[in-house]
Order: sequence, then structure tokens, then C-alpha cells
Amino acid sequence: MSDDRGVWAYAITADPGDADLSRLTGVAGAQVRTAPAAGLTVLVSDVDLNEFGEAALRRNLEDLDWLEGLARAHHEVIAAGAKLFPLLPTRLATVYSSDESMAAVLGGRRNELAAALQRVGGRVEWGVKAYAIPEAGQPGAGRHEPAAAEGGAGLAYLKRRKAQLSAQAESQRSAAAGANAVHGHLSGRAAEARLHPPQSPQLSGDKRPMMLNAAYLVDADDGAGFASEVAAAADEHPELDLNLTGPWPPYSFAGDEDEASG
Amino acid sequence: MTIQPSGQRSVATTGAGAGHAPTNLGDILERVLDKGLVIAGDIQVNLLDIELLTIKLRLVIASLDTAREVGINWWENDPWLSAEASRRAEDRELQGSSRELEDENRQLRERISELESSRNGDRNER
Repeated sequence: MSDDRGVWAYAITADPGDADLSRLTGVAGAQVRTAPAAGLTVLVSDVDLNEFGEAALRRNLEDLDWLEGLARAHHEVIAAGAKLFPLLPTRLATVYSSDESMAAVLGGRRNELAAALQRVGGRVEWGVKAYAIPEAGQPGAGRHEPAAAEGGAGLAYLKRRKAQLSAQAESQRSAAAGANAVHGHLSGRAAEARLHPPQSPQLSGDKRPMMLNAAYLVDADDGAGFASEVAAAADEHPELDLNLTGPWPPYSFAGDEDEASG
Repeated sequence: MTIQPSGQRSVATTGAGAGHAPTNLGDILERVLDKGLVIAGDIQVNLLDIELLTIKLRLVIASLDTAREVGINWWENDPWLSAEASRRAEDRELQGSSRELEDENRQLRERISELESSRNGDRNER
């Protein structure tokens, strides 16, 4: 094997069976193949280390267009595989020098990975984000304007300002409480749940404050049921705008850390 | 498969797995960079070690309109970057110069407008 060739890992599965991956291409358009590793199977493709080795990645990841192409290519292989068999997505930029060295690393974690595959088998991930709707959950908030009569304009201003601030604080509190309630409810409906840090407005593309960024592991055939739970929660919580994405491969449930909540 | 037209409270789903409408880049980046199984690779790049400031800066540039609305100095309050920010602040104190801060600020702004115009160029070509 040439020194310039590396192996890019997408996902780990127990057994791909006779799934046809021949039309699946990954990063840099390379053909995706399967590689046996410690009794498991890894979806991989061969990459040029001049472009995907550590030094090159550090350099290239600074280029957002390049990163976007890479992220989408990585994700598309994982998403295509997830439709065919249970899998654990690997984090972007997991690269080995050869199939053999990859198998050696995975060998040490075989049992843990097999158990994780059991947990995600037949299940998909749904993402739920909740944004606070400004001034909602506060009927008439921002509408009332105290008469300026007593105490003069300055005092009236201060009163108005105080009312505004407390209305804001109240609507934040109400949105936070609502997000908690929604998460509790949806967690009860899911096999597992994970809370993620709220995304910045830059990442979410929405400038309203994100109150909830959660992932739920749900039976694959229960997608419609879960979506209608989310819709019901949206009706119950007018202070929140709920956003449902999915089904995703189980990105949030592939890790070994057991931080399940709910 | 993203599901909610913004400003609308009801949640509608499009066909599960139907795969139309490109999935939101932010959601993909969050998952492939921050979730997923971490296995030690022998060449694995530890993304936590990568210059996150630059990546995040570029994420902002991808949606610069939003960035303008929230003020371009958002990263000063970003907990993700606070370690970096405080390290730089210490450096600055040691050198006892606020001049540098101004210079850096100016350079960042220039860099951003450079990147912005090159991204706009890209977009037009597509």
C-alpha cells in the first residue's frame, strides 16, 4: 500500500448482509467499500493523505466550502447506509493508515460497539429544537402603556421600562419552563434522549434564542407517532416555536458516554 | 426533511427518509463535527484541537446577514471561544498594548469583508 493512501471511516455496522453499496461514493467521490474489523464491518473509502491526512485536514478544514462538501459527503454515506442496516456513525475525519490498523483499534472496543449497535438497531434519531417566541406566553405583553399623568414623563418612562423588562424576563422564564416540559414529555416517548447545547444564531440561522436542542432515539416505525407528539406539544406551548428534523442516523446515540436523560 | 416553516407554529412532517430538500448545513455540521462515535484513528484529527475560532468565524460568514444583525463581535461573549479569548487577553496584557487589539480588530474586519466578497462571488457562480 502506498504511503499516501489512507482509510476514511464513515460508520460501523455489525453485518451489512448483501446490501449493494456499489453505487455509493464518499469523500472526494471515492467508491465506498466495506472493511471487516474485529468481527464488525466498517464502511470506508480510500483517501489520499495528501488531501485528507492530518496536516492537510487542519489546513483544509479552514475552508468552509471544502468543509461543507466534506460534511455532506460524510453524512450522505452514513444516511444511505442507515437505510440498509443499523450503524454507528463515526465522527468526521476518522482516518487510518490501513484496514489492518483500523481493525486493531476497533478490536479493543468490540463489545462496547456491539452493545451500542443493539441499542440503535431499528431506531432513528429525531432532532427537536425550540425557539422562544418573543413576547409570547404573556397575553398583552408590551401593549400596556401606563398613563403619563402622575409623576411626569420620566417616572412614566421608568415604569414602562420596568414593565417591559419584567415582561421579557417572564417570557424567558415561561419559554424555559415550556422547553423543559416539552423535553420531559418527548423523552418519555423515546427510547433514549440527549440534550445538546443550544446552537448559536449563526449556526441555527435563526436569531431567536434557542431554548431546547435535543435528540430522541425513536423506533423507526414510530416516526409519524413521534411527529404528532411534537405537533401536540407545539399546540400546548404557544411560547415556543418547535422545529423537528429527521429521521437522522443515530449520530447522538453512537457514543459510549451514557448521559441518557428522561 | 426539516420541518417547520418559520413563523408558523404547527409542525408538519415531510415523508420520513424521502430525502428531498437539502438538510440544513448547520444541523449536519453539528452532528458530524460534534456527535458521532469517536474512535482513535492512527491519523485521526482531533477536531477539538483545530482552530475552532476560524471555523466558527467562517460559519458566521456563511450567514453574514444574521451576523450583522447580532453585531459582528459576537465571539467575545461566546463561551466556546472564551478560553481562546482570555488567552489572547492575557497575551495582550503582557504586552501592555491596546493598540494591538485595535489592529487585530481591523484586520479581522478586513478579513471578513474579503471572505464575504469571495463567498458572494462563489454564490454567483453557482
